[in-house]
Amino acid sequence: MEAHSRMQNNHNNAPHPTLSVAITGSGGSGVVTAGHMLLQAVAGAGYYGLMARSAGPQIRGGESAAMLRIAPRRVDCLDDSYQLLIALDWLNANRFAEEIPLTGDSVIVCDPAAGEIPPEIATYGARVMEMPLKELAKGIDGGRINMVALGILCDLLGLPQEAMLAVVEQTLARKGEQVVQASQTCVRVGYDSDKPLSLEAHLPAVDAPPPRWNISGNEASGLGAVRGGVRFVAAYPITPASEVLEWLAPNLERLGGSLLQAEDELASINMIIGASFGGVPALTATSGPGLALMMEGLGLAVASETPVVVANVMRGGPSTGIPTKSEQSDLNIALCGFHGDAPHLVLSALDIADCTFTTEWAVRLSESLQATAIVLTDQSLGQARALVDPPRRAPAGSGRRTAPPCDEPYLRYRLTDDGVSPMAIPGTDCDLYTADGLEHNEKGTPSSAAQDHQRQLDKRLRKLAGYDYGGDWARISGSGEHCIVTWGSSAGAAEEAARRLTAAGTGVRVIAIRLISPLPVQAMGEALTGVRRVLVVEQNHGGQLFHYLHSLQLLPADAGLLARPGPLPLRPAEIVARMTEEM
Amino acid sequence: MSSSQTVELKPKDYKSDIKPVWCPGCGHFAVLSAVTKALAHLGLPREEVALVSGIGCSSRIPAYVSVYGFHGIHGRALAAAQGLKAARPDLTVIVAGGDGDGFSIGGNHFIHACRRNMDLTYIVMDNEVYGMTKGQASPTTAPDWAKSKLTPHGPGVPSFNPAAIALASGATFIARGFSGDPNGIARLLVEAIEHPGFSFLQVLSPCTTFRPEQKEWKKVVHPFAEQEPTANPVEAAQRIQADDGMSTGMLYRTLVPVWQPDNVATTQVEALEGGFQV
Repeated sequence: MEAHSRMQNNHNNAPHPTLSVAITGSGGSGVVTAGHMLLQAVAGAGYYGLMARSAGPQIRGGESAAMLRIAPRRVDCLDDSYQLLIALDWLNANRFAEEIPLTGDSVIVCDPAAGEIPPEIATYGARVMEMPLKELAKGIDGGRINMVALGILCDLLGLPQEAMLAVVEQTLARKGEQVVQASQTCVRVGYDSDKPLSLEAHLPAVDAPPPRWNISGNEASGLGAVRGGVRFVAAYPITPASEVLEWLAPNLERLGGSLLQAEDELASINMIIGASFGGVPALTATSGPGLALMMEGLGLAVASETPVVVANVMRGGPSTGIPTKSEQSDLNIALCGFHGDAPHLVLSALDIADCTFTTEWAVRLSESLQATAIVLTDQSLGQARALVDPPRRAPAGSGRRTAPPCDEPYLRYRLTDDGVSPMAIPGTDCDLYTADGLEHNEKGTPSSAAQDHQRQLDKRLRKLAGYDYGGDWARISGSGEHCIVTWGSSAGAAEEAARRLTAAGTGVRVIAIRLISPLPVQAMGEALTGVRRVLVVEQNHGGQLFHYLHSLQLLPADAGLLARPGPLPLRPAEIVARMTEEM
Repeated sequence: MSSSQTVELKPKDYKSDIKPVWCPGCGHFAVLSAVTKALAHLGLPREEVALVSGIGCSSRIPAYVSVYGFHGIHGRALAAAQGLKAARPDLTVIVAGGDGDGFSIGGNHFIHACRRNMDLTYIVMDNEVYGMTKGQASPTTAPDWAKSKLTPHGPGVPSFNPAAIALASGATFIARGFSGDPNGIARLLVEAIEHPGFSFLQVLSPCTTFRPEQKEWKKVVHPFAEQEPTANPVEAAQRIQADDGMSTGMLYRTLVPVWQPDNVATTQVEALEGGFQV
């Protein structure tokens, strides 16, 4: 019943009005800077928001898009379409047409001097508001198109001009007073310019906004790591996980820890195992190809019972796949990629702020259980930025159980009731032992005896299977006979779809699974009590969670599956449509 | 309960009670003996030493030494050891393994450990063969060695030159020992452990089972022509090129800043969180 007690979480069930806006432009036009500044202004105005970004394949100078959704309350997914698109120019903007769906009510703001609207975008039939962006910017000494655009957006979205001017000051102060003045003039000019069209929807006024954070999913994962006590990280760069490591590098140093850039992922996984053997909680971050390279090392971590955490930020796969775009397709390798029988933890973060909670929880569980943990996030969480409620702390757990000095006879892999054996940290007097990837007896001496293998396998399973994970294993919301089961970043769209269906009269329950393995089967069964129809929703091609849940015999035979691969985000409307069919 | 720090330890105190899996006459016994002698000579408390290895006959050594040991996976000993040293600079970290583990599957880590120059000692017991998998050619095997079923005509490629690679990659201490002279290995090991930086010690360590002809090594090993190591990499390169691979002693030693994070905290996690507040 614990599951049901958590049903009312920080989501409010009524759908709330939101505004979605996209900014596109060629490299150097300042799209991403404008996006970040708009999000800051949204924060200053008291709202919540989400900003995803997309870029062309070029390393430098490529076109990019900033996609924002603004709301009076927390938002965890992009909307079905955009109310507003502002194009700083049209260079290669057709590449973003699929990612930025518009409707007949949408407004496109563009400069006639930038040429024709690309047909892929024109086909949406949105209303067009031509504005002389270039000319307006040219009229200001040091003026820039993106700053004029920010003024226009500010007016159209109904944000106070002062909020934007403050952000300009804050963001550009280091570039000097002249730049600040010029940019603020651009914002004012854009704000005051004549606008023949307006948006159909408006944001309600907010009073006394609660404290919020502006954080990216990858930063949030890094913070979760250090909250959990991680003080050593080995790093090999990979898109889209590098920002986790780049956030950790300077911050670990401040916290008295360290980050070592490894020569490859084979090294990074073994480096964190070495550090953790030395008693220092350790983590690495990677993406699918890197996780594949780490698999042998993860087996060693399981066999030697050395706690480690891998934060895996998923992207389109297999192989190099689509490195800059999101997909939830590493669940299979995270669950089943290990050689041998290797019980371990697999967790998934459900939103940007939850990257902090889930990563911290993974570290705490890993340390308490001397276990290997993989945390699955993805590009859509990691490289997006949001205004969020400050993330809550994860349950502390027991911490690493260490052996006292001269714990004679010291048995590193002692067969305990709960399966966790006190670990002697190097430096501890007398309790000398050799950690081993070879199967071993209680003392740690290599053994190929059937009995030792059986007992150690049992012990390594027991410590995970017998643990009480509490109510954080899933985020459960809504009620009714219809249920969406989902995980990771798909939770946001699924929960929004359920709220819309509920508001329309059909109650829909959502079970968003945070602890995928070991899945608390009994709690899952309870959460599904009274459910008649189940739809599993995930962003991959094969239905990886769906097959896993079937293997645990947790789904009714007629359970439906909405598995759609990346790179496009799952949108609430497609889940609503599919649920409506299921009903 | 007396602490080991207050008692003078003898070489036998660094031996564990586990019987090695090695064959009779294996060169690795001499390395085991040398390790215990060197640790006793340096008077290092057992709990402050970590011996890290990968996979292979020689990589079994941690369990035979009475210090903290880590027996990891094939080729990754240096990676695990560097993670350990970065996190625990207070420990004396020694890495040990064979030629296949270190130069083939672990070759990339060897290069980068040399250039990273952390304060580690790396012992490679080189017998020019994979023993644990029953006698295949390794990177240091001569191209015409045709005794393996896997390479019936011999590996056919020039053998790997560990000292040359170590020098080119930036190792700051390069030496070679021979199993027939355990005291010589122990002396080199003491120097290697005391050297601040990455110390590479290659030990010619015969495999009597798969390379019985290596029993003749004792007749052909000889000290390096120059008694003293050079600190000049050009001079070291010349010595390596002139070497027949059977010279023993110290070849190269130089002092270069060691890579080691300082691990000193200047703030708390809560202070970092302030940066996210809007």
